[in-house]
Amino acid sequence: MQSLGIDVLFKGTNFIRLLGGLWVAVRISLISVALSILLGLVVGVLMTSRSKILRALFRIYLEIVRIMPQMVLLFVVYFGTTRVFGWNLAAETSAVIVFTFWGVAEMGDLVRGALISIPKIQYESAEALGLVPTQTYRYVILPQTVRRLIPLSINLVTRMIKTTSLVMMIGIVEVLKVAQQIIEANRRVSPNAAFGVFAVVFLLYFLICWPIGRLAAYLEKRWA
Amino acid sequence: MDIDVIISYLPLYKEALLLTAGIGWQGIALAFLLGLLCAVITHLRVPVLRGFVAVYVELFRNTPLLVQLFFLYFALPKIGIHISPTVCGTMGLGLLGGAYMAEALRSGLEAIPAIQSESAQSLGMTGMQTFRHIILPEALSSSVPGIVANVVFLLKETSVFSTISLMDLMFTAKDLIGMYAKTIECLTLLVVFYLIMLLPVSVLGSLVERRVRHAEFGD
Repeated sequence: MQSLGIDVLFKGTNFIRLLGGLWVAVRISLISVALSILLGLVVGVLMTSRSKILRALFRIYLEIVRIMPQMVLLFVVYFGTTRVFGWNLAAETSAVIVFTFWGVAEMGDLVRGALISIPKIQYESAEALGLVPTQTYRYVILPQTVRRLIPLSINLVTRMIKTTSLVMMIGIVEVLKVAQQIIEANRRVSPNAAFGVFAVVFLLYFLICWPIGRLAAYLEKRWA
Repeated sequence: MDIDVIISYLPLYKEALLLTAGIGWQGIALAFLLGLLCAVITHLRVPVLRGFVAVYVELFRNTPLLVQLFFLYFALPKIGIHISPTVCGTMGLGLLGGAYMAEALRSGLEAIPAIQSESAQSLGMTGMQTFRHIILPEALSSSVPGIVANVVFLLKETSVFSTISLMDLMFTAKDLIGMYAKTIECLTLLVVFYLIMLLPVSVLGSLVERRVRHAEFGD
């Protein structure tokens, strides 16, 4: 039986290149998550606002994000903005825009959920103990909200990392694209490389997302 | 925007929509059955099988569908397993969805208070009867929100099918843009057709969720 192409990975700098590709994917998701958390906190608070119009607007925004595949959004931003506005966005910038657009909606909804899940009695008890509103938020409400939010936002990180695999479709050279290049370059010497290389990519994604997911599950249980 | 162009593209997009929806539903049906099987195995603590289920669920929940499809489509032929793109799409969606459905159904099974099976037992039902008539219906109804979310998620995931040369909506859009450069028309149609596919599912899903809420037991 012919080799299954694991050896191809250890030729030259192939494995380092693969990890470099993975880093591109992780970098895009980390930047997007950071932006999503910051903006999502604001959007989440606005989602609990008393203004019906504001709530309806954010509701529509959330539904659009929930329904449209991220791939479609990537295409619309990357190819559409060039045509309509004449912008020449770099692929990576488009990816960050799309993932942030998606992340802010998801994060906002999580913040909204966490805020309304704090029972009214918490506010009332704080007031009965003589805390002023800022103190109530700082010492009572925020610590509880953050505890509920952290595991959920960690889950969002893994979802983003998994979704970044789509960015190869708009020409970003991330881990899958590097894998394809390695396979193509070694087609003659190792025709079966596709098996080994794609299996390794599969495992790499698993090795990144699984521990993060476990951490989220652990925190969720511990802080519940 | 050119209306004539849009009209001339409509049949192509319709074909693509039917292909996406067809594979989508088959994949989702497969995912549901696989998920149910896995959830029951986990719930009944079947030895050995339970371990396999745990590994499968963690592996497929923590990797992207695109990578799974690449593995099925490009890697498996190298060890002699050749699968057609259509089957590959269905299988990929089914395997990914199975892992997600298993989680949703498992938490539904776990949510049932012990008093339900105790009451069934005291009414003289056997283990199998309790499972079929009490536990399973209750678990299904309490996992409906999770199942609905998964169905929408899986239909969205079909957008990566174009990478294994299935002529779905993304493929059609990309192809037409490449050939005629009518970018705006193509992208508008792409968005509209995904809405046509996903909006009814999403609305129907929330209706079903509301409808089964009466089936919440205990407490």
